[in-house]
Amino acid sequence: MSLNSSRHGSSAGARKLKQLLVKSVLAGVVANGLFAVTSSQAASHIAVTDKEVVVGQLHSSTGTMAISETGAIEAEQLAISQINAMGGVLGRKIRVIQEDGASDWPTFAEKAKKLLESDHVAAIFGCWTSASRKAVLPVLERDNGLLYYPTFYEGLEQSKNVVYTGQEATQQVFAGLDWVAKTKNAKTFYLIGSDYIWPRTTMKLARKYIETVLHGKIVGEEYAALGSTEFGSTINKIRLKKPDVIYAAVVGGSNVSWFKQLKAAGINGKNQTLLTLSVTEDEAKGIGGENLVGFYSAMKYFESLNTPENKKFVSQFHAKWGANAPIGDVTQAAYEGPWLWKKAVEMAGSFDTDKVVKAEESGTITFQAPEGLIYLEPNHHLKTKLRIGEWEANGQAKIVYTSDYIMPNPYPKGY
Amino acid sequence: MKALGMILGGKRGAMDLLVIAALIFVVFPLGLDIFRLNLVGKYLTFAYCAVGLVMLWGYGGILSLGQGVFFGIGGYCMAMFLKLEASDPISTAHQTTPGIPDFMDWNQVTQLPIFWEPFHSFIFTLLAIVAIPALVAYIIGVSMFKRRVSGVYFSIITQAIAAIVTILVVGQQGFTGGINGITDLKTLHGWNINTDFAKYVLYFVNGVLLLLSIVLSKLVLSTKLGRLLLALRDKEDRVRFSGYDVANFKVFVFCLAAVISAIGGAMFTLQVGFMSPSIIGIVPSIEMVIFAAIGGRMSLVGAIYGALLVNYGKTAFSESFPTLWLFFMGLLFIGVVMVFPDGLSGLYKTHVEPRLRQILRKQGKKTVSSKTSIEKAGA
Repeated sequence: MSLNSSRHGSSAGARKLKQLLVKSVLAGVVANGLFAVTSSQAASHIAVTDKEVVVGQLHSSTGTMAISETGAIEAEQLAISQINAMGGVLGRKIRVIQEDGASDWPTFAEKAKKLLESDHVAAIFGCWTSASRKAVLPVLERDNGLLYYPTFYEGLEQSKNVVYTGQEATQQVFAGLDWVAKTKNAKTFYLIGSDYIWPRTTMKLARKYIETVLHGKIVGEEYAALGSTEFGSTINKIRLKKPDVIYAAVVGGSNVSWFKQLKAAGINGKNQTLLTLSVTEDEAKGIGGENLVGFYSAMKYFESLNTPENKKFVSQFHAKWGANAPIGDVTQAAYEGPWLWKKAVEMAGSFDTDKVVKAEESGTITFQAPEGLIYLEPNHHLKTKLRIGEWEANGQAKIVYTSDYIMPNPYPKGY
Repeated sequence: MKALGMILGGKRGAMDLLVIAALIFVVFPLGLDIFRLNLVGKYLTFAYCAVGLVMLWGYGGILSLGQGVFFGIGGYCMAMFLKLEASDPISTAHQTTPGIPDFMDWNQVTQLPIFWEPFHSFIFTLLAIVAIPALVAYIIGVSMFKRRVSGVYFSIITQAIAAIVTILVVGQQGFTGGINGITDLKTLHGWNINTDFAKYVLYFVNGVLLLLSIVLSKLVLSTKLGRLLLALRDKEDRVRFSGYDVANFKVFVFCLAAVISAIGGAMFTLQVGFMSPSIIGIVPSIEMVIFAAIGGRMSLVGAIYGALLVNYGKTAFSESFPTLWLFFMGLLFIGVVMVFPDGLSGLYKTHVEPRLRQILRKQGKKTVSSKTSIEKAGA
């Protein structure tokens, strides 16, 4: 019904209403009950013609998450336009149907269903928060759809229908802790995160690793309510405990208050080592580079990465979306989604979900991404490197450490 | 028969009910594919709250901005039952503690909390969906109406309750699933709720329950209680001075609206397949008031049209304009409130109905006049 009406200007809504009315009346006249029952089993076929293939894009372009997800939307569109300029996938141009998840999890589920069951998209590039992914997951598994998910996340998940292009928790945590223990000779750690699944899982891994592998000590562990902006008491405790390292996973608006209040309390990069898991260039823009100077982030990608591939990517991104657009870890991971999908489809020689999944799980798909060569592992995650960036006043991070390749391990044993 | 007619609001009331029943049970299922029908089913679950609000606000004059809480209680009760069924020890074998819901395992909870235990029973769950919201509404109602808290103060307090409950649910994620909600629900007593057939069945059950709650509401309104509600909305003091305990009536209608909303919540969980705190907070609670306002706050059937129209608008606008659609929704609300303060049902009464009558009358005249002309010609 809406295969080609989704992005066509102002009359679409009215036309749909009309269609709906006409359809209802017609159906009422025909009164063919069987038709309605049988017409629904069409979710399995995919919208592909000789000339084009339809994919979906499902992020929040409105609501509280819009500010975070915009980078991912732009990166995916850049990748798709580049793929189309090269001739598309299996000779078909990619057409994108963009839907708004509106920062609301039921809406994500509704829109995913719409993309798969009404538009029959070949793949979806989307989601950002774990909550939205969890809402979409049952829909994907039921309709056998494909999702490319760009955010670094807590792991504990491995769906046949999802490719995770961000790092799972063990990839982000262990190498970073090793680095800080070695270079800063750190023994005591203070853990702080926002109170939801990602920081809690991450800190659970970190605690175990610090205590059993690094033989360090946790002197405090705290979780702030999502959206909380009051860190006074936490900062006082930190002053009292004087940890070697503050290990932080504070997200969203809280992040801005957290760093500003640290600075106001006189805690800065000169007198305190702080390693965070939740500041990319996007957040740095909101927090202000001057509030971050000297603190460290553990990510797989930083905009400042000095390689020919990355320089090309950065200039292309800026040419399309403006010279001031920051490029964070998730933005780069989102850029990888369409390219990995293209490789998998070409290897499968088909858009059929099961065949594409088989190609994904072959363990032979690689891609020369802006972050460097990446490997798609049979467990649907990427083998990548971890980097530590030191923040500078201009909101860019200087890369001070690059790890070896780290195998993804979404279900770590013993943690 | 005559009594039934009275309850339904005479010929016109019965007609309205028949039209919406035809729409829900015949036109939509025949005209829409299962995906769209499932969406309509979701919209209709919000209509329960709007129906409750018509009783509470339109007739009782009590504006609650926290109906999402009751919707949530119903939805979470159902979700807890379904989640326990989905978390059998075999399918959760990879967890540290098999046999408990996955999100508990992620949050280092190692034993099923006591208040989850009774939700192994389906009968208990069904009772809880009705009893818990009634009890909560009773406690809130008694503690406020007995103290004569009313008007805008009541609205603010209900709104605060919505905020508190959301924070509680998000904060206690080991027990509630936190911001993710309770997801990945699969079967009801071994019956897969995600098949197309199940979606049809659930859609019809949902429709029947919705119409039943309207009939129940009409039943209440047709009694002396209904007239007293109207009276205390318009002149509370006079009712009190006539010797009635005003607070009791208010508590009753508040409980009624709560129970109706909770049934909607339970049906929401069944049809959408998960429950999350994003549908119980302040914003969705206010949206429910908007559904009632757009439908016409004195019209029980209008509440359904309001919920359908607004939610259809949301879906259609956001599919066509993924970045701008919120502005269109805003314009729709402002437009409706400014131009048609009595909502769709007011619009129908002032504009459509008189014209319909005119047309009918004209046609009647025409047939009469054409008869006479024939007679004349014959003569």
